[in-house]
Amino acid sequence: MALFIEVQVAPELANDEANAKQLEEVCPVDVFSSKSGGALEIVDANVDECTLCELCLAVGKPGQVKIVKLYEDGGGALERTA
Amino acid sequence: MRFYEYESKQLLARHGIVLPQGSKVAHTPAEARAIAQEIAGPTVLKSQVLSGGRMKAGGVLFADTAEEAEAACAKILELEINGHKPRGVLVEGRQPIAQEYYLGVTWDGIAKQPIMIFSDMGGIDIEEVAETHPEHIGRKHFSTLIPFSDHKAKELVASVGITGSDLNRITRFVAPLARIFAKYGLTLAEINPLVRLENGLFVAVDAHVDMEAEAAGEHKELLAELGIGEDETRQARPPTPFEIEGKRINEVDHRGVAGNVTEFKGSLGLIIGAGGGSLTLFDAVKKHGGDPANYCEIGGNPSVSKVCNLTKLILSKPGVEKVAVMMNVVSNTRVDLVARGVIKGVIESGMDPAEKIAIFRIPGSWEGDGFTILKKYGVEFCDRSVSMYEAAGRAVAKMRSV
Ligand code: SF4
Repeated sequence: MALFIEVQVAPELANDEANAKQLEEVCPVDVFSSKSGGALEIVDANVDECTLCELCLAVGKPGQVKIVKLYEDGGGALERTA
Repeated sequence: MRFYEYESKQLLARHGIVLPQGSKVAHTPAEARAIAQEIAGPTVLKSQVLSGGRMKAGGVLFADTAEEAEAACAKILELEINGHKPRGVLVEGRQPIAQEYYLGVTWDGIAKQPIMIFSDMGGIDIEEVAETHPEHIGRKHFSTLIPFSDHKAKELVASVGITGSDLNRITRFVAPLARIFAKYGLTLAEINPLVRLENGLFVAVDAHVDMEAEAAGEHKELLAELGIGEDETRQARPPTPFEIEGKRINEVDHRGVAGNVTEFKGSLGLIIGAGGGSLTLFDAVKKHGGDPANYCEIGGNPSVSKVCNLTKLILSKPGVEKVAVMMNVVSNTRVDLVARGVIKGVIESGMDPAEKIAIFRIPGSWEGDGFTILKKYGVEFCDRSVSMYEAAGRAVAKMRSV
């Protein structure tokens, strides 16, 4: 179970085959896996490897991907606003 | 890279250092017999293993005749010492000994220069002599750029009160040893004991040479001449299961380094690194009276899972009470990722990070996030305003309060 990072992906983005594929491609530490049917899977074993590079935030629309630093009290979420 | 005694001696002999009579390696009892016949007198036969404790294990035997030498050789060839089978048996002439001396060169990391050490109390552990009879030890630093002169050698030998012809004779061993050390990129060149025979002559009875692993490429020709294969790593002992597992953890994940472990018997696990920082930190722990359970360098931004698995390995070792995570200031390794890995490893081992991590001192990139993580889990940490030496002291103090 991830202790330090939580990855949140909006359902409409997670169910979009092209976006799911893109997430899988951009993440340097394989946090995302796109299944053959198109749906997105978050690879729990790799979530704590997240380097906070923010590449995934550029996929989809602003706010659809959020990276939460679980170690920061009251916030610490990374998301695209524009 | 450690040399067998016979290889060390071959190297020394090329530079004029006098060895006992014979000094040849036998691979069969018949060869031992032939060498002993050439010597035509009492002999000593020594197992050629890369391990200490030969005498105690029965790997050194004496013979008065060639027949006895043949039988002794057969015995030694069968003998395994600390898991090592001998590569051969060194057969040398044995003459009555009047006195034993110590002569060695090693690298002094603090002075950043080689240091030559001489003592008129040889044959025993030089560290023991340093503690019990410091007045019997002479030391001299030297530059690798300027040849070690006979004059300097004499100063060293005379510093323990040796004069006259003994002084001149010992000098002939000192200067060449210093030159060999510098020329071949050695980390240790030692003659122990250097012996004065009853007839007044000096011989190098035992010798030990270690070459810097990185220097091997530069001295391929010498190594080939001594019969040392390019694939030989020459570790002093075979890796333990703990060390093999550390290596495996390192190899299954290409990201960074974590798992290059050497095991010791202590109770403080060490995850240390950053250039010369790891050696400095290891020494600092020892200086403060700490008892390291391992030496483990990390660096190059290892993944969280790699650090996690390494931490679990260190904590799984019986007798390990805490781990200290310390590095010099780092720019190529992320503090937050190491913090995540260590904390995860402790938690997955069913332990409390606040209790098990003695100190965390890694200042550098992403230290803000790293320190936030450590604070959340109640782990003691410090920034670069606390020296590596002081951090090591804090870790050792915590061990004392266990
Ligand atoms: S921030 Fe980077 S490392 Fe983290 S999940 Fe997104 S793409 Fe992967």
